[in-house]
Amino acid sequence: MSQRNPAISKGIDWSLVWIYLLLVTIGLTAIFAATYKEGEPLVRSFLAFKTDYSKQFYFFGIGAVLALFILLTDSKFFSATANLGYALGIFMLLLVFPFHSNIKGTESIIKFGSFNFQPAEFCKIFVALALAKYLSRPETDFTKVRSQLIAAGIALFPAALTLLQSETGLALVFFSFFLVMYREGLPSIILLIGFAIAALIVASIVVEPNTLAIALTAIAAFIVYIFRRQIKRDRGIFITIVFIWALCVGIQRFAVPFIFKNVLQRHQVERIYDLFGKDNPYVEQGQGETMTAAELKKKKESGSSYNVRQSKIAIGSGRVWGKGILNATQTRYDFVPEQRTDFIFCTVGEGFGFAGSIVLLGLYLILLFRIVTIAERQRSTFSRCYAYGVAAVFFFHIAINVAMTVGLAPVIGIPLPFISYGGTSLLTFTIMLFILIRLDADRQMVLR
Amino acid sequence: MSVFNQSRSRIIRLIFLVAFAVIIVQLFYLQVIEGKYRQLAMDNAVFQKIIYPERGIIYDRKGKAILNNTLIFDLLVTPAEVKNIDTLEFCRLMKMDIAEFKKRILEARIKNTSVRPSIFEDLLTPEQQARFEENSWQFPGFAMVERPVRSYPFNAAAHILGYISEVNPKQIEASGNFYRMGDYKGQNGLESYYENVLMGQRGVQYLIKDNKNRLVGQYEKGAFDTAAIAGRGLKTYIDIELQQLAEKLMTNKVGGLVAIDPKTGGILAMVSGPNFNPNDLTGPDKSKNYSKMVLDVTGPMLNRAIGGKYEPGSTFKPLGALIALDEGLITPAYGFPCGGRYTLCGHGKPACTHAGGGHAANLRNAIAYSCNSYFTHLYRMAADNPKYKNVRDGYMKWREYMNLFGLGVRLGIDLPNESAGGVPDTSVYDKENAGRWTSCTNLTLGIGQDKMQTTPLQMANAMAIIANRGYYYSPHFVRQIEDETADDTTWMNKFRTKHDVLTHITDTAFTAVIEGMNDVVKFGTARVAQIPGIDVCAKTGTAETYTVLDNRRIKLPNNSMFVAFAPKDNPKIAIAVFVQNAGFGATWGGPITRILIEKYLNDTIQKKSEADVERISKANLMPAYFKRLQYKTDSVRAMEWFQKTKDSSYLERFTMEEIEPVSPIKRETPTGSQKENKKAVAMLPDEKYFRKPRTVKIA
Repeated sequence: MSQRNPAISKGIDWSLVWIYLLLVTIGLTAIFAATYKEGEPLVRSFLAFKTDYSKQFYFFGIGAVLALFILLTDSKFFSATANLGYALGIFMLLLVFPFHSNIKGTESIIKFGSFNFQPAEFCKIFVALALAKYLSRPETDFTKVRSQLIAAGIALFPAALTLLQSETGLALVFFSFFLVMYREGLPSIILLIGFAIAALIVASIVVEPNTLAIALTAIAAFIVYIFRRQIKRDRGIFITIVFIWALCVGIQRFAVPFIFKNVLQRHQVERIYDLFGKDNPYVEQGQGETMTAAELKKKKESGSSYNVRQSKIAIGSGRVWGKGILNATQTRYDFVPEQRTDFIFCTVGEGFGFAGSIVLLGLYLILLFRIVTIAERQRSTFSRCYAYGVAAVFFFHIAINVAMTVGLAPVIGIPLPFISYGGTSLLTFTIMLFILIRLDADRQMVLR
Repeated sequence: MSVFNQSRSRIIRLIFLVAFAVIIVQLFYLQVIEGKYRQLAMDNAVFQKIIYPERGIIYDRKGKAILNNTLIFDLLVTPAEVKNIDTLEFCRLMKMDIAEFKKRILEARIKNTSVRPSIFEDLLTPEQQARFEENSWQFPGFAMVERPVRSYPFNAAAHILGYISEVNPKQIEASGNFYRMGDYKGQNGLESYYENVLMGQRGVQYLIKDNKNRLVGQYEKGAFDTAAIAGRGLKTYIDIELQQLAEKLMTNKVGGLVAIDPKTGGILAMVSGPNFNPNDLTGPDKSKNYSKMVLDVTGPMLNRAIGGKYEPGSTFKPLGALIALDEGLITPAYGFPCGGRYTLCGHGKPACTHAGGGHAANLRNAIAYSCNSYFTHLYRMAADNPKYKNVRDGYMKWREYMNLFGLGVRLGIDLPNESAGGVPDTSVYDKENAGRWTSCTNLTLGIGQDKMQTTPLQMANAMAIIANRGYYYSPHFVRQIEDETADDTTWMNKFRTKHDVLTHITDTAFTAVIEGMNDVVKFGTARVAQIPGIDVCAKTGTAETYTVLDNRRIKLPNNSMFVAFAPKDNPKIAIAVFVQNAGFGATWGGPITRILIEKYLNDTIQKKSEADVERISKANLMPAYFKRLQYKTDSVRAMEWFQKTKDSSYLERFTMEEIEPVSPIKRETPTGSQKENKKAVAMLPDEKYFRKPRTVKIA
C-alpha cells in the first residue's frame, strides 16, 4: 500500500497491518479446511453467509470497516474515554446476568438477534485502556502498594464477573494484565511468588501429598542448615523460613484440596488432572463406586481428555510437512470437537505439519515482539501501557490456546487470536490491535 | 520517554520466547519424533475394507464342479432410515412377529448405532429372499447384501472336501496375524489342505470414515487399493457318481471305504460312515448342524477312511505272502499241513475255518481258502529268519516290509488328520513281556491281528502296490491345480513321484499272490465279488471286536473287511471297504466292492447289483450300543454344564426320562473296538469351538 492518503496512513506501522492480514487469511483458510464439505460451490458459499468460513469472512469485512473508523479517530479519544469505556464494559458484563441465553454450558452470551455477543470477550479492550489510563495518571505513584492494589482491582474485577458466568478461561485472561503492571514497576518478587505458588500447586497435583510434605520439610531443613550461621545472628531468618515452610505445606495439604473440592467445578478439576494423566481424586466416593469400568471409559472418551487426545493425534499425524489442506482426515471428519473455535490450531498442525505450525507461531512471535518494540518507543505512558496490555492479552491467548491443543495446558476455552472462528473474538482482537496502531501513529504526541 | 524499568521489556520478551520454545519443543515431539500419531489418525479415519476373492472351485475327474460358490443374501437394516414402513406387512413377509421385529431393530441400534447398517437377518432362505426382493421398495432402510457361500451341488464328499468357517483366535495367532477376525478359512478336507490355493488373494479398499464411523468416500482416490485375486480351482480324480454311489452304499454304516486308481494314486472315492451332507455346514442352520454333529458319539465328522484304525485281519494275508516270498522263505509251491488249527506254538491257536483237504497245499490255495495256520507260520518264519540273529531283528525286518507297504506310516494324502495306523516296534513287546518274547508271542500278526492297525486308505494303497507289482503313488485327490505355477508343481511333485518300494519282488511272486487273490473271487471266500467279464482279485477279512460299556466287556459283531483290485491284468481300481460290526467280510464289504468296481469299470451296474444297492443302502448296521453311549455322554455333559453354570435345564431331561439301558450282552447291539470309539469321541473338536451364529462386520 502506498501512502496515497497521508491523512490516515501517516505514522501507521504497516508491519502490524500485514501480519494482521496474514493471520486472518490463515484463519479463514483453517476454518475453511475444517468445515468445507465436498461439493460446495466455492465462491457462492463464501458469499452466502451460511457456512462458518463465509461468516468469518464477513466478520473480517466488519472488522476492516471498524479498523478504518479507528484509524480515522483522534488518538486522544481513547485516553479520554477510557474510564467511561471501562464503566460501559462492566455494565455489559452485569447485563449478562439477567439476559444471558442458554447456549452450551456458558452463561456469558447475550443473544442479539441472530448474533451472539460475549461481553467478557469485549471487555478486555476496556480493561486495557482503563488500566493504561490509571497507570499514566500523573498522580499515580506505582511504587505504592495502594496504587498496585487499585491497578490489580481494575484488572481483576471483570475477571471475577466473568468467573461468575462460568467462563474460567476468559476470566484467567485478565490475569495477563499483571505483565503490564510488571513492566510499570510491580516488584519482581510478586511475579516470583506467583510462579512459586503455581509450581507448588502443580507439584501438589502430581506428587503424592505426604511425599511432597516430606520433601518440603527436607528442603526447609536444608535451607536452615545452609543459613545456620546467619540464623545464629538473627533469629528472624529462622522464623521466616519456618513461616514459608508452613505456608507451603498449608497450601499443598489444605488449600489446594479445598479449592479443588469446593471452589472449582468438577469438570475443571478433571481437565487439570487429565493434563497430568491422572484421575481426579476428589470425586465423591458414592458416585465413583456406582460407575462401571465401561462407563468410566466412555466418560473419559467423551470428556476433555478425548478432545486433547484427538487434537494430539491430529497435530501429530501432520508430521513435518502436513497432509495438505483438504486431506486432513482428523480435522475434516469431525474427530476433534470444537474444531473451528478453540481447537483450530489442530487444522494448521494436521494440514501444514510442523513446518506450518512453526510459521504460524513465528508470525505470532514477530507480532508480539513488534508490539513490545512499539510499546517501548512510545513517549506517552498511556500508549505504552496499552501496548503492553495488548501484548499481554495476545500472548496469554496464543500460549494457552496452543499449549492446550498440544496437551501442555488444561482445556480452557479461549480462542486463538485472528484464527479461531467467532465474530466477537475476531472483532475484539482487531479493535485492540488497531487502537494500538492508531496510538502508535501519534507516538510523537504526549498523551495523558 | 520513560526509561524507568525499561530493562523489564527484555524480561517480558524472554518470557514470550520461553513459552513459545516450550510449545515448539512439544510440537517437535508430536510431529517429528513420535511416529504413532499418523497411524492413530489412519485408524481413526481410514476404514480398510477387505475385498474377499471368490474361493477356488473343485472339479471331479470329468470336470463337474463338486464344490462351488453361490450367493446367499443377508438382510441389513439401518435403523435411522427405517421410516413410515408397514411393519405388519414386513413381518408377514419375513414371517416374524412384531415383538421380534422391534427387538432386532433395538439390537441393531445398540450394537452398531442407528446410522450404520447392521445385520437384521443373516443367510436368507431363497423364499425369504424372493419375497423381500419383490417388495423391497416399500421398506426403506432395509437392504440385501450378498455373501458368497460354498455349495456342494452333489450333496456328497463331505469328508473329502471339508468346509470353511470363521477363524478362531488360535488360528489367527498361528497364521502370524495373516487371518483377521471374521475371515473364513478351510477347516477340513481339501478346503484346508489347499487353503492357500483356494483362498486366492485378498484385496483391500481404503475408505474414509467420519467420527460416527460413517463411510464418506474413497481414501486418496483409491491409490492404495489392491484388487482381490480369485482363488484357483482344483482338478481332482474323484468320480462324483462313484462317490455318490459309495456314499449311498455306506448309509447307516460305520466304517471307511477308499477306491484308488493304482496307476496314478488318484483317489476315486472315499467314504466315511456315518456320513453327512456337506451343505449342512453352509446354509442358515450351519451352526446348529455343526453342534449336533460334534456332540454325536458316532462321530459323523471323523473321517474313518483315513483316521479309523482297524485290524486288517485276513485282508493282510497277501502282504504276508509277499514278504515270505521276497525273503526267500517259501516258494509259491510251499504247502503247510493245516489240520484246523495252528499247533506249532503249543496252544493250538489260531483256529482255521478249514481243516485238511489240502486247503493250504500251496500259496494260491492258502490265499483262496484264507488259511490261518499257513499265514501264521509265514509270519513266524519271517520273524525267526535265520538270516537275522534273533527274533527282534527278524521282527524289525518284517516291520520294515510293513512300512514299505505303507502300513504303520502316514501315506501323505492331501487331507489333514491322516492316521499312521500302527505297527509297533520291538520295544512295545519288550515292555509287555519283560523282554522275553518269541515269534509265538505275536503270531497273529501273520493274520493281520495282534497290535496291527491299519486305515482303509492304507489297505487300499497296499492293494494298489500289489496291483502295480511293487510301486505306488502317494494316494491323493488333486490331479492338477488350475493355472499351476512352477512353485505349485514343485509342491505337487510329492504326489507325482513313483515310489518303487517293492519292485524288487519277483514277478513270479506277485503272480502267485495275484492269482491267489483271483482264486478268492473265483472259488474262495469272495465269490460274491464276481463280475462277468472282469477278473477281480480280492481278499476278505473278518476281525473280532469288543467294547467296554457300563464296566462290562462285551463282544460285538465282527468287522467286515474287503479289499480288491480289478481287472487282474492292467488294474484300474484298487479298493478297501471296512464296515464295523457288520459280520463276515464277504457279507457287506464284498457286494459293496463289486458294485463299485462295476460302476467304475463298466459305467453301469448289473440288474442283480441294482437290487443289492437297494438292499445294502437300506440296511441299518449302526451299532445299537451307540444309543446307550450317547445317553451317557450327554448326561455327563449336562452334569458338567450344571456344575459350571447351575443351569439345570439340560440335566432335567436325564433325571426325568428313564431310558432303559442297553443290555451289554445282547448280540444285536454290537460295534467296533472300544479303543476306536474312544478315539472317535476324542478327535472331535473341543466344545469351546462351538460357534455362535456368525455376525458379519459390514462397513
